[in-house]
Amino acid sequence: MNTLTTFVNSLPGNISQGLIWGILAIGVFITYKILDFADLSVDGSIGTGGAVAVMLITNGVPVPVALLCSFVSGCLAGLATGLMNTLLGIPGILAGILTQLALYSINLDIMGQSNRPVSVDKYDLIVSQRYVMTQGNEITSVVIQVLKIVAIVAFIIAVLYWFFGTEYGFTIRATGCNSNMARAQGINTKKSTVIALVLSNGLVGLAGGLLSQYQGFADVNMGRGAIVIGLAAVIIGDVLGTIIFRKHFNFVAKLAFTVVGSVIYFLVLQLVMLTGLPSANTKLFSAVIVMIFLAVPYLKKAAKTSFRRAGKNAEKVTITTIDEKGATDNADTH
Amino acid sequence: MLTLTDIRKTFNAGTINEKKALNGVTIDLDDGDFVTIIGGNGAGKSTTLNAIAGVWPVDSGSIVINGKNVTGLSEHKRAKFIGRVFQDPMTGTAATMEIQENLALAKRRGNPRGLKWGITKREREEYHELLKTLDLGLEDRMTSKVGLLSGGQRQALTLLMATLKKPDILLLDEHTAALDPKTAAKVLELSDKIIEENHLTAMMVTHNMEAAIKHGNRLIMMNNGRIIYDVKGEEKKKLTVNILLEKFEQASGSKMNNDRILLSKGETD
Repeated sequence: MNTLTTFVNSLPGNISQGLIWGILAIGVFITYKILDFADLSVDGSIGTGGAVAVMLITNGVPVPVALLCSFVSGCLAGLATGLMNTLLGIPGILAGILTQLALYSINLDIMGQSNRPVSVDKYDLIVSQRYVMTQGNEITSVVIQVLKIVAIVAFIIAVLYWFFGTEYGFTIRATGCNSNMARAQGINTKKSTVIALVLSNGLVGLAGGLLSQYQGFADVNMGRGAIVIGLAAVIIGDVLGTIIFRKHFNFVAKLAFTVVGSVIYFLVLQLVMLTGLPSANTKLFSAVIVMIFLAVPYLKKAAKTSFRRAGKNAEKVTITTIDEKGATDNADTH
Repeated sequence: MLTLTDIRKTFNAGTINEKKALNGVTIDLDDGDFVTIIGGNGAGKSTTLNAIAGVWPVDSGSIVINGKNVTGLSEHKRAKFIGRVFQDPMTGTAATMEIQENLALAKRRGNPRGLKWGITKREREEYHELLKTLDLGLEDRMTSKVGLLSGGQRQALTLLMATLKKPDILLLDEHTAALDPKTAAKVLELSDKIIEENHLTAMMVTHNMEAAIKHGNRLIMMNNGRIIYDVKGEEKKKLTVNILLEKFEQASGSKMNNDRILLSKGETD
């Protein structure tokens, strides 16, 4: 009973956190699902977005402007990965890792130290953990705060829906799906790859800016494993959406369910932690979750058709002939 | 319409796998020419088409399409002048996108793409009518993903896409090779129809000698990265498979080594 109360009390907080990470997950969706590019820059660019937001806010810049700068800083990170990949021929995964590593130093440079607080008491933050606590807040005010984050997410989804419906959005989708075809249709696939990475990391930077406000600080390690949480959200959302919508799982629903996947991830994480998982093990938990979700489609397929099964089937069919021959063969060799 | 002058290309130069793929290919196509290209394995047929399309830069020689020298243009810039259909039905279309979205992508080949809608209502109506002409029922499945189509349907759609915006030159790279004979015949028939109706200049690589003789107004035979036989007009109409094999032996000094060509000869005899 006590555990249940704790869970219910933490619901608004976890939903808010899930929504903010959902923005990052949408960024991951753009690269991983649309562009077919496993971009690991994310771990660095979320920290950059956070660092930029906190430094600007604490130096008196209005919060919305600071958030815009978080977005732009993420865009620059994506640009770095994109140029390494398209101009220098560095494989996508490696380009992302290089950006991520470089950003660790850059994030430290931006903050001047490994951790910077931003107090909700001093600044007019857009989101904060404080606003969504069930203790000390009116329930209606908590709901309004959560809805505010929902509105931000909905706005982002609306903009992306528009963008991927434009001629330029089409070129990115075609590049991700079949780059040979895209080039044959006159699409500069290098350019569309870079644009998609810029957009994706921009959203991740924005998520970082919101997250640092929400938790009240930016930390140089805040992005560690972010890509895995993003992937978890994308995959959970995809599996769930496919079950619910089946054939009608359209683009808007996919984006929305990526965010839903993120929220579910944080709720499940909370449940698991309430059963006694130490907080130090949360990364292990996310790795296992993603592993399971990635493995299931493969194992399902393998269960239907595998050499082991083929071998067993063959045994049933030819059991007599093989047996006789095998027996004599074995007798000969031993 | 298309002039290739002394095109040369060597792959893996300076290594043990060095392959002189094109050894001075010179072709001059008139407006409205429909050329079929045949030849043995590794003769340079597809390589010639790839050189024209700009899949990689050539080592030397020049490629001029409709008076414009495109030798220094990258693949996506050249696409403005060229329509392509590939051997693998998977290559020509975007599987995860809708049929109408694929057409809309093709409609904008060579045009700058911006933040206008990727497909408009008027286009949908236009594509609906266009798809009807294929007679495959695709007009009722315009929002289906292309990945759900069969190989033949995909090649028919790719043909439509390659010619939706009239290309200066249409390149067909063994585009029926992956299809079953009946579907292949249908797609060939459709290619003929589209080329004729739009008065297109086209090049078709094929391994089927009968098809090479039957289609087009000109035939080119390649061997070892060179053109060894080039025939057009009345002389082409009189060709038979046996004459072609004879010509090949005369010109190359060896027997035709392409199993697929020899097999397809057997099929049609």
